Amino acid sequence: MGSPATGASTWRLLVVTVIILTALAVLPRFVEIYQTQLLTYGLVFAIAALGFNLLLGYTGLLSFGHSAYFGAGAYAVAFIVRDLGVQSMELCILGGLAATILIAALFGFVCVRHTRIFFGILTLALSQVLWSLAFKFFWVTGGTDGIRVASAKLTLYGGLINFAGPGAFQRFVYAYYYYVLALFAVSTVIMWVIVHSPFGKALQAIRDNEVRARFVGISVQRYRWIAFMISGAFTGLAGILWVPLNGLTTPDILYWPFSGEIVFMSVLGGFRTFTGPIVGAVVFNYLKTYAVASTEYWQLLLGLVLVILVMALPTGIVGTVARMTSKLRGRI
Amino acid sequence: MNLLETVNLKRYFGDTRAVDDVNLTIADGEFISLVGPNGAGKTSLCNVVSGLLTSDSGKIIFKGHDVTHAAVTARVRAGIARSFQLVNLFDDLSAFDNVALAVFSREGKIRNMAALAHLDHDVIVEADNVLGQFGLAGKRNETARDLAQGERKLLDVALAYALRPKLLFLDEPTSGVSTRDKGQIMDTIASVVRGEGITAVIIEHDMDVVFKYSNRIVVMHQGAILAQGTPDAIRNNDQVAMILLGSSGPDAFTRKD
Amino acid sequence: MTIFIIQILNSFFYAAVLFLIAAGLSLIYGVMRIVNLAHGTLYALGAYVSAWVVGSALGHAVSGTLGLAGLLLLLPIGAVVVAAVGAVIEPTLLRPLYRRPEEYHLLVTFGLLMIMEDVIKFLFGPTPLTAGLIMDRMGSLPIGLLIYPTYNLVVIATGFFAAIGLWWFIYRTRFGVILRATSQDRRMASALGINVGRVYIQAFAIGCFMAGLGGAIVVPAQAAVLGIGIEVLVLAFVVVVVGGLGSLEGALVGALIVSFVRTAGIQFFPEIELAVLYLIATAVLLVRPTGLFGRA
Repeated sequence: MGSPATGASTWRLLVVTVIILTALAVLPRFVEIYQTQLLTYGLVFAIAALGFNLLLGYTGLLSFGHSAYFGAGAYAVAFIVRDLGVQSMELCILGGLAATILIAALFGFVCVRHTRIFFGILTLALSQVLWSLAFKFFWVTGGTDGIRVASAKLTLYGGLINFAGPGAFQRFVYAYYYYVLALFAVSTVIMWVIVHSPFGKALQAIRDNEVRARFVGISVQRYRWIAFMISGAFTGLAGILWVPLNGLTTPDILYWPFSGEIVFMSVLGGFRTFTGPIVGAVVFNYLKTYAVASTEYWQLLLGLVLVILVMALPTGIVGTVARMTSKLRGRI
Repeated sequence: MNLLETVNLKRYFGDTRAVDDVNLTIADGEFISLVGPNGAGKTSLCNVVSGLLTSDSGKIIFKGHDVTHAAVTARVRAGIARSFQLVNLFDDLSAFDNVALAVFSREGKIRNMAALAHLDHDVIVEADNVLGQFGLAGKRNETARDLAQGERKLLDVALAYALRPKLLFLDEPTSGVSTRDKGQIMDTIASVVRGEGITAVIIEHDMDVVFKYSNRIVVMHQGAILAQGTPDAIRNNDQVAMILLGSSGPDAFTRKD
Repeated sequence: MTIFIIQILNSFFYAAVLFLIAAGLSLIYGVMRIVNLAHGTLYALGAYVSAWVVGSALGHAVSGTLGLAGLLLLLPIGAVVVAAVGAVIEPTLLRPLYRRPEEYHLLVTFGLLMIMEDVIKFLFGPTPLTAGLIMDRMGSLPIGLLIYPTYNLVVIATGFFAAIGLWWFIYRTRFGVILRATSQDRRMASALGINVGRVYIQAFAIGCFMAGLGGAIVVPAQAAVLGIGIEVLVLAFVVVVVGGLGSLEGALVGALIVSFVRTAGIQFFPEIELAVLYLIATAVLLVRPTGLFGRA
């Protein structure tokens, strides 16, 4: 997060971004449909981790309750589709975001009064309020059965694309992949601008030194609160996009171990870098999917990865790769 | 009109009277040194006025407004800034970003989340200017953590100065640096502060420095103001000499840390 | 009236178990400033081991000679095993992290939670384990027109004596003094010649023992199922947050408050019973961040 980017490095960044996005765009032509689906999940989690890391990486607050915002987005969509009969995905996104931001504003207002471990416990406790409500009010939420949201009921781009008729599933997978990819790209750009804006710098200042931040005129609590809402909104968007993909929302995504998984993703990729959480989320998604497919004891496997990561590679994948390349460059 | 006025300002820590009924008036453009033995209440007074500590009773009037209960950020916006005795920086950010933050804040741009910080030409010029004034231009891209102690002290002051305050508190800006660097740091600070017409209150132990730079000296003892006046008046004040001698040996006026 | 008495007894039953778990969590936080996310899973491990030991003993011919008292004495084996696991975890996984930010403590104990959940599944299988036979054999007591399981009173008594024992241990023994000194100032303790490393292992093992004991005494009344540890951890958090992280008295009072609110909740507002508990924890943290009994 060091020096401001010079013209040359901005160009390099732009070129790399375009190459990666192009690669992601043509990828479905070369892989089977299941891989496309899997990558869609990865991109959705990347948006969630991106949001989460605005708090951990940039503001210095470790939330152990981000399942709340992911779940709030997901359940909001489920309610909108089921109870309001809305079909447009865009309306679902707007409604879901409004609900998530409202909850993030409420929870955040309470949580930003504390930092460090108390912040973590507060976010966790509040997320479990939502979980227990989703769990207990089964006549509203379907309890542990959750709420089904059939992709056939939805339309994209204001009704331009719908999923009725034959071959609907395949069409949905591909259309939705590009839909998520586009939103992922937009989210990434927005987040990149935010963390490189004066406001983003102020958050980093708060992370580094709360007292001094106040003495350069930054209202620490208010900035934390705003960051909390933005963070919740991104994670909520991920929850919104996840529902049609999964076809079902259950209380599991509100339960606190899912918050742990979001933390896991960010640390896996490296929470001190911008791209770390994105890489971490995509890799985590593959890791978990293949672990679940190959062994009954996938949690053990993931747990070992996490412990080894913390012990040996605390800077995550991106941090470690960056260090290695700079070492290599140094040698040449 | 006075820039700052404290009225019967008090702050106790249990039985310790850190700030005891202080009535201090500061006029625009002064360069004041706050001296006194360790524990005299200099830093506490600075903390209470800048807002780091709350006061128990009394008033703080700044530019005619009562800021006694104002938040730190409100005081900063009103024009009170300070540096810290123990360097207090954004350690993971570059020297440039440290100063740029203060510039963004002063210009009211810091809330902006829709623009890239490193493309704001005005702020870049301004921040580089400030770094240059403090001799840190060559270190602009270095992480604050990696700077030398003297450079960190200067950056700490630069951060406060970049807010373009009306009133600047400098809490021992030269503590913990070598004697050789000390003079250079003080020259830099004095020239910048005087050049901009900023009113400064400096806490300093080195009486050579105090006599050389200040146009008024305020002597504190046990939380209260014991004496104040021009450097000459203070130099010839026996009571002050007693206090300062008593605490720091026979070379009080020539002591070098 | 009878129902009322039974509800009060139920509350004390809950409180006894929650106190054991929360006291361990609080002790570990108090001494080494680590919030152990795997603590609930250690409780689950205690429950599984004890249920397994009792079950195996019953399967053998010796069971006839063991009798009820013998079976009861087998229960704490779960706690001892968990303490032993703790004594391995602290020096290997936690010690390297004390100097690192607390994010890493949470992460590593979260990883540990994932690992241990599956180890439990691997060792004991997916079917619930219970030591319900102990409960059956102990019979019940008549309370008014209703009956109440005698074993529940054993749990309440265990919680009561554990609280007294722990209090005596921390405030009246030499080791307690060392423990408190270390928790207040690690460097000073080390300068005074206290072997901080050893104190940490011991404190962590004791904390784990408490969690394991909680599981061990609950398993005759409630079956050990996968995931109970994850569920109970959040409740233990509520207890320590209400009482104050790192405070023994706080764990006791917190456990009582949570248990009584929960019992009342199940009776009167079952849908929001858990939500109310989490909101209480939130409210306490807001008004008194250090909890009812915590120090800054």
